[in-house]
Amino acid sequence: MSLPPLTSLPNPIRPAFDRGSVPGSVIVNIGPSHPATHGTIQIVAELSGERVVRTDVHCGYLHRGFEKECESHTWHNLIPYVDRLNYCSALINDFAYCEAVEKLMGIEITPRARYLRTLLAEYSRIADHLTCIAAALMELGAMTAFLYLVTIRDYIYEHLAALTGARVTYSYGRIGGLANDVPEGWLERLLEILEEMDTFTGRVHGLVDRNRIFIDRMRNVGVLTTAEAVNWGFTGPILRSTGVPRDLRKDTPYLAYAELDFEVPVGIKGDNYDRYYVRMREIDESAHMIRQLVEMLPAGPLCVDDRRCTFPDKKLVYTEIESLINHFKLVMEGPQVPPGEVYSAHEGANGELGFYIVSVGGGVPWKVHCRSPSFVHMGGVHRMLDGYQLADIVPTFGSVNMIGGECDR
Amino acid sequence: MNEAVFTEIREQLSGVTREAAVEHGVLALEIEPANLLEVVDALKDAFGFDMFLDVTAVDWPEREPRFDVVWHFYSTRHFVRVRVKTRVPLAAPSVDTLVPFYGSARYMERECHEMYGIVFRGNEDLRPILLYEGFEGYPLRKDYPKQKEQPLVPYRETKS
Repeated sequence: MSLPPLTSLPNPIRPAFDRGSVPGSVIVNIGPSHPATHGTIQIVAELSGERVVRTDVHCGYLHRGFEKECESHTWHNLIPYVDRLNYCSALINDFAYCEAVEKLMGIEITPRARYLRTLLAEYSRIADHLTCIAAALMELGAMTAFLYLVTIRDYIYEHLAALTGARVTYSYGRIGGLANDVPEGWLERLLEILEEMDTFTGRVHGLVDRNRIFIDRMRNVGVLTTAEAVNWGFTGPILRSTGVPRDLRKDTPYLAYAELDFEVPVGIKGDNYDRYYVRMREIDESAHMIRQLVEMLPAGPLCVDDRRCTFPDKKLVYTEIESLINHFKLVMEGPQVPPGEVYSAHEGANGELGFYIVSVGGGVPWKVHCRSPSFVHMGGVHRMLDGYQLADIVPTFGSVNMIGGECDR
Repeated sequence: MNEAVFTEIREQLSGVTREAAVEHGVLALEIEPANLLEVVDALKDAFGFDMFLDVTAVDWPEREPRFDVVWHFYSTRHFVRVRVKTRVPLAAPSVDTLVPFYGSARYMERECHEMYGIVFRGNEDLRPILLYEGFEGYPLRKDYPKQKEQPLVPYRETKS
């Protein structure tokens, strides 16, 4: 055992400031491992009394070389990796990545896959928003509301496990389609869960919406104007909470969103309360979309009939030499993606989730870059923290919903 | 509608772009590094590309100049994206910063700097963000070995 003495441990960061800018202020370090910051984030704050003068936000504690690792695996093998970006809504990552690759290959997915992906993306969005709101409420002490929401989230997780075999990281997307079709009775259970969810979100509305303590902590805290939000690159619920209906599902429709009837909820002034409310309303809209999609879901094949990316039927692999070779080539060499570059973005639960992919041909990508909303948001989050109270950091940070896996990649 | 905006941009910026093509729904402009600020200024002011989405680089070790620096912009007015791309050599991998135009560029340029060693002239805060102080090398360059480890705190010895 030769551990260095504690004092000689190197500091992984160099704070932007080490002395105060106003008389009597102190510099306080919060995180990276702190019970009130879900995710490993470090905030170096200058405090004047209880007031936050300025902050320096550091991330990267969960960096695991996602982009480097992507450059040495076949296109299909990356799907489990993209799952682990935003692990609260892993399916949205799957579909955004698959669509980017499909664009490069010139593949149009089957109608059934298209509707099913839309349905599952909305289902994931619900799970993500439930997680965010539940955690944010718990940090304010609303334990009942937390338990109500994660109860529903757990129904969703178990329900998705029945479809994909996993609770959180599903690896369910496939280039050119999806891993498998929905099992029998799955859609019926889906509607049951949505029904139950309405009851529970209704109770949460009743518990906190007009609760004096909740309003005092959330209203007029962490305020962001639209111009500021755009300048600092905020997208998703945070941008919408400032009052503009900017949503990629409406503005640049992809998957089946153009055929759906839904509203884009917006806030009034971009504070914590609006971010909470926008997410709650988005849950309703997602449920509304899912109910439409269950009706619209067409029959037919799930994966495109394209030997470049779709795996042959297992029965044929064992009985037919062409399918065996096809399977072997797809596993060993990977799907052959023509040279080119593509930027494809989906409306993730937290904002614009983009994949910038460069291919030089062959089965392994040259570059995969993920434009993750959480990382961009961390670059601007100091705008919501500076000038408020130290205690406000907790609800404000909760309302941003930073996801470490996606932020640090 | 996208087409109309794209055609207009191509016409107006034809003097400062080397190539302009629509690739998978995104207008891709190839420019010289010296023209960056002029192009971005025009995109932001004249065409409403008010959202800075992303900056990253692509490493082509065999090519000279070796790096592509790639920016993506989004217009919340026209709902379209533009990709701006330029080439910089290994000897002087630097481009101008876009922080004066977009606040969000600050953080993303830090990431591109630590991963590829691209220097953003004028961005005074290029501290590591995903990596840590004292990290040697640029991990996303193709010549950085994937398995290389640089633990900040030495690994503990285990009893065998």
